[in-house]
Amino acid sequence: MARITAGVGCSHVPAIGIAMDTGKTEEEYWKPVFAGFEKSREWMAKAKPDVIFLVYNDHCTAFDSSIIPTFALGCAPEFQPADEGWGPRPVPVVKNHPVLASHIAQSLILDEFDITIMNEMEVDHGLTVPLSVMYGQPEEWPALVIPLAVNVVMYPAPTGNRCYQLGKAIRRAVESFDEDLNVVIFGTGGMSHQLQYKRAGLINPEWDQAFLDRLTSDPVGLSQMPHVEYLREAGSEGVEMVMWHVMRGALDDDVTEVHRHYHVPASNTAVGHIILENKV
Amino acid sequence: MTMKKDYEDIPGTFVFDADRARVGYHLNQFCISLGKAAGRDAFKADPEGYLARYPMSEEQKQAVRDRDWNRMLELGGNIYYTSKLAAFDGINFQNLAGLMTGMGVEPYREMMLNGGRSIEGNRYKSEWEEE
Ligand SMILES: [Fe+2]
Repeated sequence: MARITAGVGCSHVPAIGIAMDTGKTEEEYWKPVFAGFEKSREWMAKAKPDVIFLVYNDHCTAFDSSIIPTFALGCAPEFQPADEGWGPRPVPVVKNHPVLASHIAQSLILDEFDITIMNEMEVDHGLTVPLSVMYGQPEEWPALVIPLAVNVVMYPAPTGNRCYQLGKAIRRAVESFDEDLNVVIFGTGGMSHQLQYKRAGLINPEWDQAFLDRLTSDPVGLSQMPHVEYLREAGSEGVEMVMWHVMRGALDDDVTEVHRHYHVPASNTAVGHIILENKV
Repeated sequence: MTMKKDYEDIPGTFVFDADRARVGYHLNQFCISLGKAAGRDAFKADPEGYLARYPMSEEQKQAVRDRDWNRMLELGGNIYYTSKLAAFDGINFQNLAGLMTGMGVEPYREMMLNGGRSIEGNRYKSEWEEE
């Protein structure tokens, strides 16, 4: 049986990818950002997931304004890193477990989550930056990756509760798959940041830390947070953090926090990262 | 029935909701086309001719010509789209933010290094005198 054993929450700031791709990780500005992922890379080497179920948002790369699916599941055999305006990132192609992906698609729809199925899709920094920070710069990604793109660009994003419930449905889907697979789920985006207009640059570390605390202590309460609180307290782009609830919903109620990293700034953004393990 | 927009009292912020997405559609589609080399080349070769391919309002076109980043947002643009036009001009996300805040690139970078803009005094429009 396939099982979800752990969850990773992780920012996906594009500038972090650029810093890695251009060899700037040792610079004073970037050092503390990457130092917090050293332990994560050790953890990944031990956890050795066969499959990463990666919840992220597309930044108008695979989807422009013409089509805006709320939840889109990648079912293609592989996904090329996209050109986002400065050339594709020099990172490995992302390979799927397409049999598991279509199993999950079918299971989710019958479980009343009417997701969109992507048989062709390019992936942007939202997906590749978390892989980069967690794995470094390998020749090939060590795990297969099932992408789930969530709309958080056009308001409204799905509610925190919907995301949390979707996490539970993903878990049911994974656990009804026969192959023995160790699956780790990633929720990405955030933390507090506002990229636009006159309030750009907003950072709210107290709010961010409270969010990280409540992922372990009060996940259900946290999933009930209304959108306006993210927008007001964590910035207009901070609403991305609803994606972390998908990750949290897929885990046990009771989890162990094994690692946390928080740093300000990376470009315009507060970097947040957490690793949660199911007990046993 | 109209949707109650409980986020409209946040200062210095345009929440890119479905209404703004409708108004800004062609502006955003123009911007996103610059994410690909073919769009960038065509826009570089003939800026006015390329703009004319997108049925934007004259105001939206003028905001593009003026590179008036805030005006684009006021007219339905979204930052993930307008940032492609900025990238076309060689302006990254952080410097674009510096321009939109009116602070300028260096003071903005300095603010971020010092922990960013505080939430205190920045939650409600009523806390901002000019809005
Ligand atoms: Fe994002």
